[in-house]
Amino acid sequence: MLAIDVGAANTRAVLFDVIEGEYRFVASGIAPSTAEAPFKDVSEGARSAIENLGKILGRTMLDASRSLIIPSQADGSGVDALVVTLSAGPSIKTVVVGLLADVSLDSARRLTESTYARIMDTIGLSDQRKPDQLIDSLMRTRPDLFIIAGGTDGGASRSIQKLLEPIGLASFLLPQEKRPAVLFAGNAKMEAEVKKLVGSLATSLHFTPNIRPSLETEDIDPAERELARMVVNIRKRQIKGVDALDLWSGGHILPTAYAMGRMVRFLAKVYGSQKGILSVDLGASAAVIAAGFKDKSTLKVLPQFGLGENLSSLTGHTTLEDILRWSSLDISSGVLRDYLYHKSLYPSAIPATKEDLAIAQAVARQALYLAMQSARRDFPQHIARIKPNLTPLFEPILAGGGALSDASRPGQSLLLLLDSIQPVGITTVILDQNNLLPLLGAAASQNNILPVQVLESGAFLSVGTVVSPVVSSKYGTSILRAKLIYENGVEAKVELKYGSLETLPLAIGETGKLSIQCLHGADIGFGPGRGGTIPVSGGALGVVFDGRGRPLDLPGDPVRRRELIKKWNWTLGGG
Amino acid sequence: MQAPVHHVVGLTSIIRERLLPISGTVNARLQQKVSPNDVVAETRWAREHVLLDVAQLLKVSPEAAERLIKCKVGDEIPASSEIAIGKGIFPRVARTPRDGRVVAVGGGQVLMEAGESKMELRAGIPGTVIQIIPNRGVVIQTAGALVQGVWGNGRIDSGLLVNLMETPETVLTVGRLDVSLRGSVILAGMVKDEETLQAAADLPVRGLILSSIFPSLLSKAREMRYPILVTDGFGSLPMNSAAYKLLSTSAKREATVNAEVLDRYSGARPEVIIPLPISSDPAPPNDVETLIPGLTVRMRRPPAMGMIGSIVAIKPGLTTLASGLRAPAAEIKLENGDTVIAPLVNLEVVG
Repeated sequence: MLAIDVGAANTRAVLFDVIEGEYRFVASGIAPSTAEAPFKDVSEGARSAIENLGKILGRTMLDASRSLIIPSQADGSGVDALVVTLSAGPSIKTVVVGLLADVSLDSARRLTESTYARIMDTIGLSDQRKPDQLIDSLMRTRPDLFIIAGGTDGGASRSIQKLLEPIGLASFLLPQEKRPAVLFAGNAKMEAEVKKLVGSLATSLHFTPNIRPSLETEDIDPAERELARMVVNIRKRQIKGVDALDLWSGGHILPTAYAMGRMVRFLAKVYGSQKGILSVDLGASAAVIAAGFKDKSTLKVLPQFGLGENLSSLTGHTTLEDILRWSSLDISSGVLRDYLYHKSLYPSAIPATKEDLAIAQAVARQALYLAMQSARRDFPQHIARIKPNLTPLFEPILAGGGALSDASRPGQSLLLLLDSIQPVGITTVILDQNNLLPLLGAAASQNNILPVQVLESGAFLSVGTVVSPVVSSKYGTSILRAKLIYENGVEAKVELKYGSLETLPLAIGETGKLSIQCLHGADIGFGPGRGGTIPVSGGALGVVFDGRGRPLDLPGDPVRRRELIKKWNWTLGGG
Repeated sequence: MQAPVHHVVGLTSIIRERLLPISGTVNARLQQKVSPNDVVAETRWAREHVLLDVAQLLKVSPEAAERLIKCKVGDEIPASSEIAIGKGIFPRVARTPRDGRVVAVGGGQVLMEAGESKMELRAGIPGTVIQIIPNRGVVIQTAGALVQGVWGNGRIDSGLLVNLMETPETVLTVGRLDVSLRGSVILAGMVKDEETLQAAADLPVRGLILSSIFPSLLSKAREMRYPILVTDGFGSLPMNSAAYKLLSTSAKREATVNAEVLDRYSGARPEVIIPLPISSDPAPPNDVETLIPGLTVRMRRPPAMGMIGSIVAIKPGLTTLASGLRAPAAEIKLENGDTVIAPLVNLEVVG
């Protein structure tokens, strides 16, 4: 099976094949994405990525006209199946419509934030604008998509109807080719009414089960699925070449974030414990946070924190000083501001110098930190946590995306994750260096064995087991003692002091027993001051102890802070 | 690997599509010679809409209101006109609150457009109309020098090009702007303060071509009524030598500054066009080139950001960069004689 991921900056072609009776990740080819001018055709980048993959494998996958050979031929050329994930393209301009701010509008917002959309306007019952003012506002906004919620099943319909009138009229006034798509996820009894009011005026009208069937319950999953399909259709209209990929794949094309969310949902169901499963993806188009819990999953796509064309507006969400606090080098705010604007011009450019890398990593940290803060607000209430204002307990944490998979050493990526996600307790951190997770999510619709076998095959890089105690103490105070007993009986010990990072080596494939003694009320998820013994698996960095406090306590003095960041980088082998 | 081409070229054919955002009337004719300020198409659009709920005004059902409404789609109606009268001895009357045109009638409501605005689409470049796109716009062809930029404030104008840059590092200050520059397009270098942008507006100038601009000045630059085009980027960047050489040797020529806002999806980007007399049409430039030794490239990121160089060799496989990252890279000989290693994704072809 060939899988193609069309990102904002890069397009990857990945081959999965059966090796010794099981599906394995074989290789990947990469090429710059071509959604933008002068190419303006995503299939061009996909073809180049396939050609590069073909060169690595010594295998032909495109015919003389550069079309994908599907199914595979007797001579070994071609592939049997194709799936595609897509995150390239401008943010989808969306207007959210609902009744009550804390109920249907809140659910509609959450639904919108599950894809590559930007909320341009919100229309609700408390809206003070007159209908003609709403029409003018919508005419200026020219949304690509309306997401309409509201009314419990069998409940209010008159209020929704009143909100639909200006939407229908604004759509009517827009040129045919600019009319928006409409997703109705409200009162199920209103289908006929909605069809009458906006059906003939929208590019396409889709219905999905009510995302707020009652005031107390929210059911977003079916709407997310429908929205994913709609996003692909909107992309077909916006970007040339998406239809070609859709044709090649037989319709197996999904927004990258949705495919990742699907995989996390699956993992939470299959492997989930009391803790949640977290996946983060920091790319050019968006920061994506998918969290799977026992009963519920959340998916949050934040284009405003993507490291591509939206970088110039990052300062609308944070300060330059807050970005620079993560830098190991002394960089002026002017240099950082210029960087943000330049990088937004050239999203695919990569840091070639140490200073550029320091800036890129500082920006990535702050973007992921903000994305995580935003995603946390939508996590379910009753999940395993040590403290309410901290990151919940997760096992494992999966991380991918350009900013993480491009880092030169696993230690660099790990420190970026520890700084921005600030995990607590004991967790395993896994790097998705080839950005396979969304592709596996897309592949699951064609072949449900493939994702499981690839996941268990070691295609992901286990960075290590991370122990992050929650404790408040003085810098330099011992907060934890740990003893690692290797399979051969050899022991290694570590004493963790507040404000420091420590590691114990445990190679990939090895296992050991980790005994932890918590001091000064440190909590690693077993309760304040309570330690324990747990089995641990090896990783690129073995077992990592993060004693820097939660929330992370960075020194205010910039010189001391930079020295510490360098030291932490050094400890984790990040250079 | 293929890379996009940043056009800085002394003589080329330039073909540009100029389209209205909505349907309208095309004024230009095929093969017509146009100047940058000629209106090639125009359209009208309503700034506002007025929704009259006639049923509610007359206190009748929507069905009854339908029968009472006297206007129809397309009617131009002055303010205070009666559009529906109720029944009875003292009937209620629905009147239009302002002048407008009826765009929809139904469900007991009347929707009117009001406050009509006229939108004029200018040619933007001097040249010949080679294609008419019905109801939308034209395709114009010209020949001359072309210098593309990275940022524009959305304005278009043209005038005589005056060079105020002694070197590619020149900074434009208020003191350099005097009345003799009124009506000119100025090759200006870097701008670091709002006062300079305002002084150029007060003259007024017909355009500023900048090497770089401070990000903090962008909102002020957007407010300016004259075009501002930035060739290289943000902060304190000198002008790339290719653009500097071409523009500084074109002083006293008529130059059009189309400071279009960069749109990475449509390909619209700011550019300076200097029309030149030709005996036969030169070939249009390629938009994409394959990176090979000998090509002239511009460095998009450090090291040597903004500098022009020539590819000496494409390195095989992946190269470890100074940052520690590994990526396909090339050896570049810069114009100052230095040699650097740069990742291919950080290069753009100049030509």
